[in-house]
Amino acid sequence: MLKQTEGSHAVAEAVGLCRPEVICAYPISPQTHIVEGLGEMVKAGEIQDCEFINVESEFAAMSVAIGSSATGARTYTATASQGLLFMAEAVYNASGLGLPIVMTVANRAIGAPINIWNDHTDALSQRDSGWIQLFAETNQEALDLHIQAFKLAEEVSLPVMVCMDGFILTHAYERVDVPTQEQVDAFLPPYEPRQVLDPTDPVSIGAMVGPEAFSEVRYLAHAKQMQALELIPRLAEQFKAVFGRDSGGLTHSYLLDDAETVVVAMGSVLGTIKDTVDEMRAAGEKIGVLGITSYRPFPLDNVRAALQNAQRVVVLEKSLAVGIGGVLSTDVRMAMSGLQLHGHTVVAGLGGRAITRKSLRALFAKAVRGELGHLTFLDLDWNVVNKQLERERTTRRSGPAAESMLRDIGVIATGIV
Amino acid sequence: MFQVRIHGRGGQGVVTAAEMLSIAAFEEGRHAQAFPSFGSERTGAPVVAFCRIADEEIRLREPIMEPDALIIQDPTLLLQVDVFSGLKKGGYILINTSRTFAELGLGDYVRDWPADRLCTVPATDLSRKHVGRPMPNVPLLAGFAAASGIIRLESVIKAINAKFSDRVASNNSAAATEAYQFVADEIKAARHEEAAHA
Repeated sequence: MLKQTEGSHAVAEAVGLCRPEVICAYPISPQTHIVEGLGEMVKAGEIQDCEFINVESEFAAMSVAIGSSATGARTYTATASQGLLFMAEAVYNASGLGLPIVMTVANRAIGAPINIWNDHTDALSQRDSGWIQLFAETNQEALDLHIQAFKLAEEVSLPVMVCMDGFILTHAYERVDVPTQEQVDAFLPPYEPRQVLDPTDPVSIGAMVGPEAFSEVRYLAHAKQMQALELIPRLAEQFKAVFGRDSGGLTHSYLLDDAETVVVAMGSVLGTIKDTVDEMRAAGEKIGVLGITSYRPFPLDNVRAALQNAQRVVVLEKSLAVGIGGVLSTDVRMAMSGLQLHGHTVVAGLGGRAITRKSLRALFAKAVRGELGHLTFLDLDWNVVNKQLERERTTRRSGPAAESMLRDIGVIATGIV
Repeated sequence: MFQVRIHGRGGQGVVTAAEMLSIAAFEEGRHAQAFPSFGSERTGAPVVAFCRIADEEIRLREPIMEPDALIIQDPTLLLQVDVFSGLKKGGYILINTSRTFAELGLGDYVRDWPADRLCTVPATDLSRKHVGRPMPNVPLLAGFAAASGIIRLESVIKAINAKFSDRVASNNSAAATEAYQFVADEIKAARHEEAAHA
C-alpha cells in the first residue's frame, strides 16, 4: 500500500512485517523513532509473539540480541554513532558466533567533536567486524532492504547491518510502498537456526579457539561473506518476483554505458548526484553513477566491470580515514587495480554538511577538466582551517580547536564562552 | 518541482507542518518530500522545515535554498533570521500576522511583487479560537492552500486527520477552514485592487 510516511516509520513497519521475536534497543538519535515505533506496535499487539526489551545501554542491546538470537529467536536492534561504538565488542561477537541479527544503523557522525548529524563514519568504523553492511538510497530501499536482510542473514548465518542516512532518510516523509503480510511471508520463511541453545540438546556456542584452528574459523567468516556476494543478487531477483520492484543487489548503475567519468557513492546522496549528472548529460558530458549497495561484502568484480571503460573515477564518500583520506575509495581503488584510469577521492557531507548540486557540478566539471587532485574535501572552508593552523604554529597554548574554530566563524559569540 | 520552506520556532509545529503538506500533496497523487533542518531542538529556537512537491520521483536531498514559497510562522523571525534567503522573485509569502507587509517593514522588499502572492493570516489567533492552543501551523497550511492553489483544502483536512484524531482533528479542521477563507478573501481583494489600478 502506498503511504506518505516518515522513513523511520516505514522501517518499523517493515521490521514488524518480518515477524521479529525479540527487539531490544537503547534510544539514540537519529535511530530513536524506529524503535519507538516498534515498541508501540509490540504493545498494541500488532506484532505477535514478540518481546520488546528495554536495555540500559547499546552494549546491553547487542548482548541481549546475541542471547536471544542464540536461542533461535529472530532478533532486531538499531543504533547509531556513539551507540554503535559502545556496542562494538559485542558487534564483533555477534558475527564471530554466526548469529543472524538484523540491525539498522541510522548513520550519524562520530565525535569528538560531538555532532548528531549524518555521515557514514559510524557504520564504516565497523567495516571489518564481519557484519554484512547494506546501504539504502531511499526510504523505499531502506524498507525493502530490511526484509531482504532477515532472509540474507538467516541463509548465511551472519548478522546484517542495514545503513540508512540519519535524518536525511530517517526523518524524511516520502512515498513508500508498504508490502502486505502475505507478500513478506511468501518471501521470508520462518527462521531455521543452524545452532540453537536448547536445554534438551545442549551445545556450547563461543568455544575458545587457539592457534590450531583460529585462522580456519575466521576464514569461514570470509567464506560466508563470499557466499553472500552470490546470494545478494539472487535475493534481489526473488524480491522483485514477489514485490515487483528493483531493490537491493550489490550495486546500482546509472547511465554507465558510455560514461567517461563515473561517480561512485553510497546512500541517499546518490539522488542528488543523479540529478546533477542529468544536468551534465544534458550539456553533453558523458558521466554516470555507480551506487554501492553492498559495502560488506564488497563487490570487487562488479565495481571493476562497471569502471573498466571509464577514464576517471570520482569516489564521493561521507567518511574520512584520518591519515590516508578515503574509506570507500580504498576499496574502489582495489577494484581498479591494473586499470589505467584516474582516481579521485572526495570527502563530503561530514557531520551533516549539505551536499548541493551546485558544489557537485563544480566538482565533477573540475574532474572532467583533469584538475581534481587525489584527495578533495568538498566545500572545505580553508580560511577557518588555516587560521587555526596559524594559531597553533604561533601559540603554544592555542586552546581547544573546536571552540576556537566555531568562534572564528561566529557561531560562538566572541567573549561569551 | 515546487519547493516550500517553512520558518518558525521550536514548539510551533514547523516540522509537522512540512510533513502535513507532504501528506496533502500525496493525497492528490503527487510526489512529495518533507524534511526538517536539524539544529538544537529547543523551544523558541528558530526552526526550518522543507517540502518539495513534484509529479515525478524526487531524488534531490539538498536543503531548499531557492524556495517558490515561504511560510513564516513567527513574524519576530524577520528581525533574527534571513528568512527571504534565495526566495524566487515573485514567490509566495505567507506570514502569520494580523499586520500588513508595510507594517512589518517589508514594503521595500516586496515592492515589485504581485499583490496576490503576499498573504497574511492571524494563524495563532485562529488556532487559539478553534483549538485552544497557540499552534499556527495548521491554519497557515490552509492559508497556503488558498494562496498557492498547489493543494486543496480537502487535502489539508485529510492530512489533519492523518496526524490528529477526534476533537483535536475536528478543531484543527475548523481552524483550517476559516484560515482558508481568510486568505482566499485577502487574495480576491488584492486582485480586485490590482485590476482597479491597471
